[in-house]
Amino acid sequence: MNGNFSVFDISGRAMSAQLVRLNTTASNLANAGTVAGSEAGAFRSLKPVFRTVMDDHGRATVQIDQVTTSKMAPSKRHDPSNPLADADGNVWEAAVDSAAELVEMVETARQYQNNVQVLETAKGLINETLRMGQ
Amino acid sequence: MMASEKLFGLHATALQLRSQRMMMLASNIANAATPNYKARDIDFAKALDLAQQGGSTDNAISYRVPVQASLDGNTVEMATEQTAYAENALAYRSSLSFLTGRINTLTRAIKGE
Repeated sequence: MNGNFSVFDISGRAMSAQLVRLNTTASNLANAGTVAGSEAGAFRSLKPVFRTVMDDHGRATVQIDQVTTSKMAPSKRHDPSNPLADADGNVWEAAVDSAAELVEMVETARQYQNNVQVLETAKGLINETLRMGQ
Repeated sequence: MMASEKLFGLHATALQLRSQRMMMLASNIANAATPNYKARDIDFAKALDLAQQGGSTDNAISYRVPVQASLDGNTVEMATEQTAYAENALAYRSSLSFLTGRINTLTRAIKGE
């Protein structure tokens, strides 16, 4: 099915999945506070969906299944002086929860670090095994 | 298999199982953010018994019981996994040094020093 994962496949793919998550968080935070002239045109935060990938031996890694947009609705604000405002003087602010995104960012960074640590330890053990008996 | 069993005792099997368990724990850590992922682990003592009887070690794999269940159905607990991973790496290293000692002894015996 998926062959045989090595520890490098497992942690490497998890790291790239976490990196995609970090990228979506970055673009969400970059777009926080942006306004649009219509509800449909407003930015909605991006959310990656993680999915487990199993190999034939019960080992599992993770991949990004899809990147969806959040169900949170953009908030309407009355601001007639804004050049983007519609006929009624309303603008729509990007649907981004900055606090939640910051928490997400910290969690992503921590989990990325965990995977790096796993790889480092595994690499050390493999190196020691290569030198076995010398 | 028989020859290496005589030379290295159960350390050769132990090393293999430690490596398997390392992969299993790496899988858990990789899936720390996947909703509905259920963490699994290898019962080392059981796996060693099974391996010595020549059976498959798949029966020694079981699901981890979380201390506190999370809302998204994920049962990976970082503290547990990291401790288990560190312990497993240490045990791998000790199996390795037993093997190295054995190899050194045998080499010395062969050379007749």
